[in-house]
Amino acid sequence: MAFESLADRLGSVFKKLRGKGKISEADLKEAMKEVKRALLEADVNFKVVKDFINGVSEKALGQNVLESLTPGQQVIKIVNDELCALMGKETAKLDFSRKITVIMMVGLQGAGKTTSSAKIGGFLKKQGKRPILVAADVYRPAAKKQLKVVGEQLGVPVFSIDESTDAVFIAKKALEHASQNANDVVIIDTAGRLHIDEELMEELKNIKSAVEPSEILLTVDAMTGQDAVNVAQSFNKQLDITGVVLTKLDGDTRGGAALSVKAVTGKPIKFAGMGEKLTDLEPFHPDRMASRILGM
Amino acid sequence: KVFKKIDDDLYDELEEALIMADAGVETSMYIIDELKKKVKENHLTEADEVRGAIKEIIADILSENDNEVKLSGSPAVVMVIGVNGVGKTTSIGKMASLFKSEGKKVILGAGDTFRAAAVDQLQVWAERVGVDIIKHQEGADPGAVMFDSISAAKARGADVLIFDTAGRLHNKKNLMDELKKIYKIIERELPNSSKEVLLVLDATTGQNALSQAKLFGEAADITGIVLTKLDGTAKGGIVIAIGHEQKIGVKFIGVGEGVDDLQKFNAQDFADALF
Ligand SMILES: Nc1nc2c(ncn2[C@@H]2O[C@H](COP(=O)(O)OP(=O)(O)OP(=O)(O)O)[C@@H](O)[C@H]2O)c(=O)[nH]1
Ligand SMILES: Nc1nc2c(ncn2[C@@H]2O[C@H](COP(=O)(O)OP(=O)(O)OP(=O)(O)O)[C@@H](O)[C@H]2O)c(=O)[nH]1
Ligand SMILES: [K+]
Ligand SMILES: [Mg+2]
Ligand SMILES: [Mg+2]
Repeated sequence: MAFESLADRLGSVFKKLRGKGKISEADLKEAMKEVKRALLEADVNFKVVKDFINGVSEKALGQNVLESLTPGQQVIKIVNDELCALMGKETAKLDFSRKITVIMMVGLQGAGKTTSSAKIGGFLKKQGKRPILVAADVYRPAAKKQLKVVGEQLGVPVFSIDESTDAVFIAKKALEHASQNANDVVIIDTAGRLHIDEELMEELKNIKSAVEPSEILLTVDAMTGQDAVNVAQSFNKQLDITGVVLTKLDGDTRGGAALSVKAVTGKPIKFAGMGEKLTDLEPFHPDRMASRILGM
Repeated sequence: KVFKKIDDDLYDELEEALIMADAGVETSMYIIDELKKKVKENHLTEADEVRGAIKEIIADILSENDNEVKLSGSPAVVMVIGVNGVGKTTSIGKMASLFKSEGKKVILGAGDTFRAAAVDQLQVWAERVGVDIIKHQEGADPGAVMFDSISAAKARGADVLIFDTAGRLHNKKNLMDELKKIYKIIERELPNSSKEVLLVLDATTGQNALSQAKLFGEAADITGIVLTKLDGTAKGGIVIAIGHEQKIGVKFIGVGEGVDDLQKFNAQDFADALF
């Protein structure tokens, strides 16, 4: 069965081995196969899984799992610890060291940028900041309107130049507007784009050099599969992102993309999107994500 | 012996490619098993022949299920469903344009009354394509929009009603119940019309799409898939697993954000693009 929990899988592997006395290296390999499969079914990238399994196998051998009375439990513990280590221990914070904190939201089409921009705006407003949202998606039908609606719902002002189709210009003007209006956070919602779309990636680079953001947050759909590494690697290479917003975690996905993205970029996941409501945003907890990926 | 070794590497490589395309572990293993049988039966020896054989197996899985859109009755109905942000509204714009170019009178129903500016977005598409749209206020009951859309489609003599729905995650029972209700209205009001219920899947989605197909399928009888965003680097291999396990065919693919970026699904082309 797909989506069986790792504990169940390993349980049945080690049950077969019970009574055999000392478990061999080959047996451990068998257990690792189950771990591998569980991670792949959770959508962790194939190459990331391979590296991970090598690391875990080494640890397991070093720790004499094979002598243990409960090898299944011990393997799970090692896998979980390693996963937590990879995901990072701490909840990562935003960088507020500058007078005006500029946050640029980037990502593929439909990932949840506009919604997350608004959510972050609302989140920071509650903390006493004075954020504005910037409508710099000049392509998607009704994108500016969408941001205005959600901004209004939260009472966070939205900066828009309706007649402009120049995202770089809008971003620059928004920054001027912020300094004149004592806004200390500027959240720029950009259009969704493919990481291989050179022209649109160039636009992001131009926005970046125009406004020198403190944060560039890549928004990633938690249901993403194997392609997450290509997307994350490419956005990170071209823009040097500062973190990730993982959306749609209110679904039933295992969310292995979280691990893939972290593994290939090294950048922390800063927020988790937990629903369509504008209050459904949480600081990201790496340890919970590790358990979720493993189905525990 | 030398040949066997090459074969094992080749099988591993092919399995890896399938998994990297999001076909899933189980379906990938099934395909490799079928491939091994085929290689034996047909005495294949060349790597190229093996590649050809695996594409054939995949194309067979994908063409086993219905890949044709049926539009009969007045009006025929196409209801578009799926999780958030996959490309439902955009695909509706593209389909409207395609059906219109085939000489059909198309009408759109703005059934997403929930998401901010969703109606405005569909309105832009309606204007772009030059078709009518039936809409209510934001927050209105989508069932009422469906009812009105059907009445308008009948009154105006439309050939096809394409109905947009709000994105929703399949594990939310209340939202799935809402979808069920909307679907029932079509069954009741248009007993003699063809009913396409198209599940939109984003090609970048991984194994969760299996759960999407299963749970959306419990709310409405899915007749096919629209696989979007194939213009990226994701291959959308999850539709093989869905075709294999749940017997749902793909009807359209989305290859961009423009009005013409929709194509009828071709199983062989899809299989070829995987390797
Ligand atoms: N269930 C759920 N839905 C979400 C979440 N975040 C965003 N969404 C929904 O996902 C869909 C897409 O969100 P948007 O914010 O429009 O995504 P985007 O990245 O701005 O999209 P483009 O501008 O078209 O690239 C909408 O239906 C949102 O309501 C989340 O955390 N959970
Ligand atoms: N590259 C690419 N982008 C697409 C494709 N189809 C849709 N999109 C984009 O994906 C984003 C989301 O599309 P929508 O049509 O709004 O998706 P939706 O499913 O209606 O979203 P919700 O109503 O919020 O659930 C938009 O930015 C679209 O332009 C496609 O085939 N390729
Ligand atoms: K592709
Ligand atoms: Mg947006
Ligand atoms: Mg929509």
